[in-house]
Parts: sequence; C-alpha cells; structure tokens
Amino acid sequence: MMPDNIILKVVAKWLIPMVLLFAFYVQFHGDYSPGGGFQAGVIFTSGFLLYAMVYGLDAMVRVIPDRALMVAACFGVLLYSGVGVASMLKGGEFLNYSALLESPVSGQHLGIVLIELGVGITVASVMLLLFITFARRVAPQ
Amino acid sequence: MSLVVNWVLLSFLLIIAFTLLRVRHLFAMSMMFGLYSFLVAGLFVVLDAPDVAFTEAAVGTGISTVLMLVTLASIKNGHEAKTHTSNRIAPAVICIVMGALLVYGIHDIPALGDPTAPAHVEVGRRYIENGMEETGVPNLVTAVLASYRGFDTLGEVTVVLTAGIGVLLLLVRREKPHIKGGNDA
Repeated sequence: MMPDNIILKVVAKWLIPMVLLFAFYVQFHGDYSPGGGFQAGVIFTSGFLLYAMVYGLDAMVRVIPDRALMVAACFGVLLYSGVGVASMLKGGEFLNYSALLESPVSGQHLGIVLIELGVGITVASVMLLLFITFARRVAPQ
Repeated sequence: MSLVVNWVLLSFLLIIAFTLLRVRHLFAMSMMFGLYSFLVAGLFVVLDAPDVAFTEAAVGTGISTVLMLVTLASIKNGHEAKTHTSNRIAPAVICIVMGALLVYGIHDIPALGDPTAPAHVEVGRRYIENGMEETGVPNLVTAVLASYRGFDTLGEVTVVLTAGIGVLLLLVRREKPHIKGGNDA
C-alpha cells in the first residue's frame, strides 16, 4: 500500500518485533501483571496490521496464510473447551481446573494459562481474518 | 497529579468531539475517532485499569481505525458526509434529553473506591480474600475472568469466533462469480 516509504519501512521493521514481544509478554505474564488473552490477541493483531499497511497485504498473507488463521481461530475455542472437558474427565466439573493436576492450585494455574492461550489465539486470528477480508475488497490502485 | 492529567485528557476529548462535529471528510473522521480512543485509553490508565487501556489502545485506536480506513478505501466515492441543514431540532432535543438522563443516572453510581459499594460487599469480597489461595494467580482480574467466570469467558470467545465466521461468510469473494459474463469487481 505504501511501496516507496523507506523511513516508514525501517521504523516498522524495528517496531513490529517490539509489539509482538509485548503481546507475548501480556499473554504469558497475564497471571502476574495486567493483561490476558484478549489484550495479547489484539496487540499481536495490531503489530501485524502495521506490517500489512507498510509492506502490503500480500507480504502479510505470505507470513500467515488465511487458511492457517481459520484453523487457528477454531483451535483457540477448541483448546478452551478442551480444557473444560479435560477437567470433566479428571473428575471435576466443566472448567474446574483444580481437578487437572494433583494439587488444586497448580491445576488452576495450568488451566488459566491454557485457556488464556486459547483466547489469545482465537482473538488474534479472528481480528486478522477480518482485516484480510476487508482489505481484499480494496480495488488495486 | 492525576487531576491535572484528567483535566488535560478530558479537555482534549472535548476538543476532538467538537472537531468531529465540524469535520466532513470521512478519512479525517476515522482518524479523529482513533485519537479519541487513544485519549480514552489514557483515561483508563489514570483510573488504574491498564488492561482495559491495552484493549482500548489496540482495538479502538489500532484495529478499528484500520478497518474503517480499509472500508473507506474499498468504496469508490462517498468519502464526504453530506450535511442536512433542515430539521436539526429533533436531533438536538434527543441529544439534550439523553444527556440529561445520563447526568441524572450519575447520582446512583457509588463514589470511586467506596467500600460499601455493591461491587465490593457482595461476591467481590470473597474473590479478594480467597482468590490468591484458591487460584494461585496474583492478578485478580485474570483469576476472576479465567477461573471464577470461566464459563462466561468461553462464551465471549465463542462470540468472537461466531462474529468472525459471519463476516467471512458475508464478505469473502468466491472463486467463481455467480453471474455469467459479469465482471468480478
């Protein structure tokens, strides 16, 4: 979309890894600091949107094909509900993470990390899919 | 200090709100909405809600602004909002009545940090007292969202997925156009 802007390209190249790293920090440190799956997903998405706006949609689709995004969006929800079913199989109620491991507290911790990961994957993939779908409708200049 | 920040942010919000009324170009308007969201994100930080601020900054400023711009870019014309000079009284009345109702509703909101507010005396108290021992997660917001209210969050994620599927079904271009001889645009 902006083929010849060298300053923008260089700045984006430095900025995007920071944004993605921050998204992973928010995702996996969400138990201790503000944030969680939803926040991490949208921060991750905004990093990729920056990439797509500076380097073009085709470059972004080469990094993440939309077929993979569709699979990932469904996988996030499946991971979340799978944790619920797993805790049922372990003898607890649906989404009662205390049953996942031997000690209830570590079971809770594992369950929370897993479902936050599911939330993050689904939110990031759906947001990116929305962007790709809208951007494909822009007529080529 | 936070009072000064609040005043600065709120006055900028007002300036942007009035600018939005004056601006007629939709590209400029969507950029102004992004700026508005960014200021609101700053207000959330002042209110000690950094995770809401993350969401507002990423969704309100980033993603929705980009989606608006992409949508406008895919429209050939109609980038100028038309002004209707006639019949401005009814919208003004609706706005004033609505605003008055909202200001009236403020009286029922408990003061910020009031220990007797319903949010602090009901189930929230149990979360604060037992949340750390029961979940082992220091961030109470995560503990409530992911564990105590895990079923609600599952519903939210399902809503996000369903909304995405709906948009894909509506907007994804099919490989072969249905109309014979019609162009793909």
